[in-house]
Amino acid sequence: MAVTDIEIAGVEKRYGEHVALARVSLTIPAGQFVALVGASGSGKTTLLKTLNRLITPDAGAIRIGGEDIGAGPPHRLRRKIGYVFQEVGLFPHLTVGENIAVTPRLLDWPPARITARVEALLALVALPVAMASRAPSELSGGQRQRVGVARALAAEPGILLMDEPFGALDPLTRDALGTDVRALHDRLGLTTVMVTHDMAEAVLLADRIVVLRDGAVVADGAPEDLARSVADPGVRDLLDAPRRQALRLAARLGGGQ
Amino acid sequence: MSEAFALLPDYLAWHVLLSASALTLGIAISLPLAVAASRHPRLRWPLLAGAGLIQTIPSLALLALFFPLLLLLSRLTESLTGHGFSALGFLPSLLALTLYAVLPVLRTATTGLMGVDPAVREAADGVGMTPRQKLWRVELPLALPVIMAGVRTAAVWTIGAATLSTPVGQTSLGNYIFAGLQTENWIFVLFGCAASATLAICADQLLGLMEAGAARRDRRRVIAGGAGLLIGVAIALLPLVSFGKPAGYTVGAKNFSEQYILAELVAGRLERGGAHVVRKEDLGSAVAYRALAAGEIDVYVDYSGTVWTSILGRTDNPGREAVVDALTKELRARDGVVVLGSLGFENAYAFAMRRERAAELGVTSLADLARLAPRLKLGSDIEFLSRPEWKGVDAAYGFSFKREIRYQPTFMYRALASGDVDVISAFSSDGRIAADDLVVLTDPKGALPPYDAVVLVSGKRAGDRKLMAALEPLIGKVSVEAMRAANYSVDRDGDKATPAEAARALEAALN
Ligand SMILES: Nc1ncnc2c1ncn2[C@@H]1O[C@H](COP(=O)(O)OP(=O)(O)OP(=O)(O)O)[C@@H](O)[C@H]1O
Ligand SMILES: [Mg+2]
Repeated sequence: MAVTDIEIAGVEKRYGEHVALARVSLTIPAGQFVALVGASGSGKTTLLKTLNRLITPDAGAIRIGGEDIGAGPPHRLRRKIGYVFQEVGLFPHLTVGENIAVTPRLLDWPPARITARVEALLALVALPVAMASRAPSELSGGQRQRVGVARALAAEPGILLMDEPFGALDPLTRDALGTDVRALHDRLGLTTVMVTHDMAEAVLLADRIVVLRDGAVVADGAPEDLARSVADPGVRDLLDAPRRQALRLAARLGGGQ
Repeated sequence: MSEAFALLPDYLAWHVLLSASALTLGIAISLPLAVAASRHPRLRWPLLAGAGLIQTIPSLALLALFFPLLLLLSRLTESLTGHGFSALGFLPSLLALTLYAVLPVLRTATTGLMGVDPAVREAADGVGMTPRQKLWRVELPLALPVIMAGVRTAAVWTIGAATLSTPVGQTSLGNYIFAGLQTENWIFVLFGCAASATLAICADQLLGLMEAGAARRDRRRVIAGGAGLLIGVAIALLPLVSFGKPAGYTVGAKNFSEQYILAELVAGRLERGGAHVVRKEDLGSAVAYRALAAGEIDVYVDYSGTVWTSILGRTDNPGREAVVDALTKELRARDGVVVLGSLGFENAYAFAMRRERAAELGVTSLADLARLAPRLKLGSDIEFLSRPEWKGVDAAYGFSFKREIRYQPTFMYRALASGDVDVISAFSSDGRIAADDLVVLTDPKGALPPYDAVVLVSGKRAGDRKLMAALEPLIGKVSVEAMRAANYSVDRDGDKATPAEAARALEAALN
């Protein structure tokens, strides 16, 4: 596996007066699983999209494996990075199987390898192989999200970027798929950046949590370190949310257990 | 009816070739434009407005405008490269119809491309497609149902408008309509309309099948519709393939009965000599001569006075023979055109009255007519009062009619018969002069130029002995009575003969 350190240096993005990203600098070593959290509109999606050049920053630089990502045509970069969209964005005119196979086809993989890969990925995201011939419109919201994850992983990327990949899943599948993705991350030695609203998910899956507010990093560290060290009341609130929720749940469901 | 069916393979083949090429070309032009328009808002408005503007030009005018434009271009390329191209027939029709096909496709394709979900478009970028791959693999397939709706509209328009290519010399189903209109053969007109409508409906249905297939992502339907179209076009074009054999003669005709008959007379003689003959009928008056001069038609019959005034711009009248002699010299020098000789009759502008009305008023000449004009009404065809001939005769005699009314020729004769007008501008070889018992007023001042029917041959056929030998026996042999009878057999209301039948009868009467 190539060295896939991601280096974000002073990245800025503005929309008119509005600052979506304010001089964000982060270094993500190869193999790390990073959770990007923050309130709605804090710039999570914007930051994620700058990593595969879906958004071009106004200032700053991004290097992957030491090379500036601005060099070379964007499609070459994107074929090496799996991306799971917040809106999923499956191609409605292609079957589930064709959606998953799209990047391998662009890379001219042999057909047999593609077929095998599609079957393996469907199994990985817990979908029956027969579903490969269905149209995306014939799937449930959660099933579509799983196909989105499978499509991102299809071309065996070294980097996986996920924008709220499990948003529409039921809690059990969400938990299972989250665990599966983490296992996959470990097995394939991926570098993963996942945007999530769910602090519990972030704590459970990630090696490191980065908190954004108004386009700036306000907290950054391993879950256990953050829990100890953060003083900022907003971030504190966010970090404590899972624990508070667990306590409330226990109270409502009866203290018997 | 059976005659109409006999012409169908040829007419249909050309009609299908023309509309299919125009549609294909229109799509090929409008799709890249639609892609540009959907990407760049600044281009969108001018492109759509420009295409919309073209649509507002009447299709007939658009076709007519391409002829002089191409003629100019052809002259230019000829002077630059030594090779011109045909400004008549297929090319102007194709270009005009292509422009017509552009708008509906451009409009719907732009809408369709802009309607693609931005999330899907971003996903195409995200999975690593190049802009070109994104267009072909995502945007166009998703916009296809909408684009197909525009293609259907374009197909129906193109097939309908292709009937209008007849006057610029392109054979199409419009030949039925234009020829039928001139000879008042309403069966022909209806036949042409029905054939063109049937063709349009078939194309629309097959494209509709493709559209439904595209909308439902049902590949079989798309393939079935496409295959149906291809097979249909291939079958329709078969007659053209077999027609391609002997390079033959092209005989031209303007757009009235006598011209159709004379073209058939000429064509018949050539065909009996074993030659392959293509007819280009319904040519506009000026178009016909230019086409001959350019070598796009080989032979047609024109009238000495028309060429004298319209082509040479002369206003004097040195007499019948002098005009033909002068034409022979000048046309040869000017365009290399050979004046083979006069057929022997005149088709002149003539003023005609009902016999008893003329007797009652005591009118025999244009001088008499001028005296009584303030009490009389003149009926004319659509163009006569704007022609140099009318200005000349009016200047010579000083007419001031009570009223001047313009009619279609048929209605002009009816108006004279019913007494709505007292005198009409007729043609001296018109069969209705004898049939309706009309008298032609004499022209003592010789103000109306002579209109001897002359056979004109293009310069490139000047050395063609076979052609000359086939046509020379006609020179001086067609009397005005014989021509009137032939014209009447085509123009009369009942028991109409076709121009080909009339030509056979006329030829039989010569020998
Ligand atoms: N194309 C754009 N034009 C203008 N403003 C934009 C654009 N894209 C994003 N923004 C703004 O930039 C800010 C950051 O947006 P971003 O999508 O990164 O938020 P987010 O953290 O992903 O939010 P959410 O959790 O709701 O998805 C928001 O205030 C948003 O309104
Ligand atoms: Mg977002």
